Amino acid sequence: MAVVSVAGLVLAACGSDDGGGSPPAASDGAAEPADISGTTLTISNWDAYMPKSVVKGFEQETGVEVEYAIHTTNEDIMGKITAANGTGFDLVFVSGPFVQALTNLGWAAEIDQSQIPNLSNLDPEATELAFDPGNTHSVPYTWGTTGICYRDDLVGDAPTSWEAFRTPSPQTDGKMTMLGTDRWLLQPALLSLGYSINTTDPAQIEEAKAWTMSAKENLLAFDDTTFYSKLVSGEASLVQAWDGWCEYGRAEDPKNIDFVIPDEGSDLWTDTMVVLEASENKAAAYAFIDYILRPEIGKSIVEFTLYKMPNAGVMAAVDPAIIADFPTLAITPTELFEQEAQTDLGEDGTILWTETATEIKA
Amino acid sequence: MAARRSRYLHLHMWLLFTFLYLPIVVLVVLSFNASGLPTSWGGFSLEWYRDLLSNEDLLASIKNSLIVAGYVTAISTVLGTFLAIGLQRTVRSRVLDSVLFLPAVIPDIVLAIGLLSFFNLLRFTLGIHTIVIAHVVFDMIFVAAIVRTRLGYFDRRIEEAAADLGANPVKTFLLVTLPAIMPGVVAGALVAFTLSIDEFVIAFFNSGPGSITFPIRVYSMIRFGVTPVINAVAAIVMVVSLLTMLIALRLTRPKGERSANLGVGA
Amino acid sequence: MTGVAAPARRARGRVWGPRAVLLGPGVAWWVAFFLIPVGVLIAYSFFRRGPYGGVIYEPTLKNYARAFDSLYIGVLWTSVRIASIATAVSLLLAYPAALFITRAPARWRVPLLVLVILPFWTSFLIRTYAWIVLLNPAGLINKMLIGGGVIDEPLPLLYNEFAVTLGLVYAYLPLMVLPIYASLERLGPQPSEAAADLYATPSQVLRKITIPLTLPGIVAGCIFVFVPSLGNFIVPDLLGGGQTVMIGNVIQQQFLQARDWPFGAVLAMSVIALMVVVLAVQAQVHRRTQEVEHGRAA
Repeated sequence: MAVVSVAGLVLAACGSDDGGGSPPAASDGAAEPADISGTTLTISNWDAYMPKSVVKGFEQETGVEVEYAIHTTNEDIMGKITAANGTGFDLVFVSGPFVQALTNLGWAAEIDQSQIPNLSNLDPEATELAFDPGNTHSVPYTWGTTGICYRDDLVGDAPTSWEAFRTPSPQTDGKMTMLGTDRWLLQPALLSLGYSINTTDPAQIEEAKAWTMSAKENLLAFDDTTFYSKLVSGEASLVQAWDGWCEYGRAEDPKNIDFVIPDEGSDLWTDTMVVLEASENKAAAYAFIDYILRPEIGKSIVEFTLYKMPNAGVMAAVDPAIIADFPTLAITPTELFEQEAQTDLGEDGTILWTETATEIKA
Repeated sequence: MAARRSRYLHLHMWLLFTFLYLPIVVLVVLSFNASGLPTSWGGFSLEWYRDLLSNEDLLASIKNSLIVAGYVTAISTVLGTFLAIGLQRTVRSRVLDSVLFLPAVIPDIVLAIGLLSFFNLLRFTLGIHTIVIAHVVFDMIFVAAIVRTRLGYFDRRIEEAAADLGANPVKTFLLVTLPAIMPGVVAGALVAFTLSIDEFVIAFFNSGPGSITFPIRVYSMIRFGVTPVINAVAAIVMVVSLLTMLIALRLTRPKGERSANLGVGA
Repeated sequence: MTGVAAPARRARGRVWGPRAVLLGPGVAWWVAFFLIPVGVLIAYSFFRRGPYGGVIYEPTLKNYARAFDSLYIGVLWTSVRIASIATAVSLLLAYPAALFITRAPARWRVPLLVLVILPFWTSFLIRTYAWIVLLNPAGLINKMLIGGGVIDEPLPLLYNEFAVTLGLVYAYLPLMVLPIYASLERLGPQPSEAAADLYATPSQVLRKITIPLTLPGIVAGCIFVFVPSLGNFIVPDLLGGGQTVMIGNVIQQQFLQARDWPFGAVLAMSVIALMVVVLAVQAQVHRRTQEVEHGRAA
């Protein structure tokens, strides 16, 4: 224990940039705010993906000044980091496959787990994620799955299969949307055909392309952002959706909107926190991650974003009324883990997928 | 004959303004919609405007956008006008002419990423200044192009006459050239302001955490649906921009009889 | 150039200094913040893509070869087609408007111009979303048409090329109006009055005098609409429902999703090459008109 705390102290001292002297931290290595007070932590996250109170609470407790930037997609922030050669931020929120990309580029710092004692709060499944087993370079923030979100008053029978996109009913023909980003665009096809969602096999992708192109004829549009408001307005009756997003639709229309994971299965996506190797304030980054992993903080995040966190303590603390209103919050880690986790496709795979997506949409 | 022609033009203008303002009207009306989504009317409400006033992020982003647009307009109008005059008089090569205008035609993602890499190389920190630099790059070209249209008809002999009468180049420029091309300069400035205030891609890639501009903020918010707050913001940005422009126009209006220059050819 | 030649040469010698000074700041900015950054990026097109983005410095022409694939040529053609239609429509809408404004009383002109531009000082994204509200099958326009008994079924006004074209016209219309206005305004009423005195009909005046002499403004306006329309990716995304892919979308995807900067640079080059041609045409028109003007003034 003493060794750990000393190591923690030493590492904390090396990690922080400015701040002249290092006043002695608490003897327990888990609490080290004194070293980082007065420093700046630069974060980039999706907008409205974290309650402001969480950030302010952290600032007040640690004295760290948080500069909070926003990005709208993984690709945007990856582009920004790549163009800046791995610099620009201390902590970024990215989805699973991008953790691999950042790690392979040498830009994701190897996490000093001793500085994040609350890592033990994570569900065991969250430590075995395919894109980063052991959480060496990332810490999961939220996770979930993708499925079909629909208006049960507008569709005839409730959908049970991804085939719903290829063989629509009269009520759904021309009133469906699919996600447009290539990773999710091809997923229904691959799952329906029984292939891996991380495949890079050209033959399988070709089949998936044909599948998706026949589905395309029945679609209203490809939509990554406003599909749930299309559901609420009735423009669409059945859409491919991330589970949390479906909850936003349910928030507007509690009675009629439902979510289902099709029989063929789905994916497991994870949004994570990554500390950049170039960061000069890793200590504050680790403190922030540690803060997020606290049950009461996680609770406010879940209740705000309506996404699940891989943290049993958090999910248990969430107000049961909220879980009752938004049932996808009740999906258990075991159920999630049955799905295949998204991993990076590698160099050629990424190009092939993007080109296929272009061919489908063009 | 003239009356018939003018009736047709009148009708055209009305139709055009209908086309231009239909979405604006929709947008403004929806900003007062008590219901959250644009598909149903829930009654008149000011709550979104109240929400907006307490949304610090949004207000900060509007302020940033206006600051950026202000600097960009000023700098690119000056640089662009100078470029136009300089090009007019010195550059004979058609190739050079075309090449110089490239920043206005390049896909914005290329400019965005190129500049970000460049700033990183020079270890510039990202902030308002980097967005301004980036916007000026293409904005000054637009200004130059517009001013050049005006310059094309400008009779240089007036300048030469002024020089013959003993005016130095600076005076000639200020008292002779500039007033004559002022409509072009004003048009150019309007374009520069318009292009900067709403530009997203370049701004996103070249902004720091503290310099989030309005389009960036909107682009993120819009993922959660177009709530009336967004419409309220759009309405307010429009009004504020209008006021800013009106003030700027009033300030740059030449004194006395030269105000006629804005309308009538010199 | 006509009889102005001798004095011009004398004058040019005297005023060369100030001219070059004027060019200085603009060109310096251009070199520092355009030529170098973009030049580097374009240079990437000759190298290999790094495995996770970025570049490996091994020269190759593979990226260029790939650009000639029918998929990308097809997308480029679609983009050119849609952008051209949007430009033509803009021109038809803008020219009469500019005419109207120049003929209005002097004190109305700037207010009218501001009114034309005003919609564009609100967010482009939000305006585009407002069109979604208007155009969708359950939207206002269809509601009115059905309610008024004009049609039975809602018209497919959204998530197709029509919507994309409309969105592009709407996005860049003032950029067409302003240069044409500047051109018309400088021309003044004298040429058309003179022609009318010579018994030319209004349409003859328009066709043979006004339009040809405002060609630089027209060409500038067309470029201002065509170019951003070609590279736009937001309008095809939102109003096209992701089903109309334009070259702007594809380039963006290369840089961000595929993380294939070299190929993105190649596609960008194809757009730039196209633009250089367009700009050369514009420069030609500009000089031609200048000669005409100076000949007229002499």
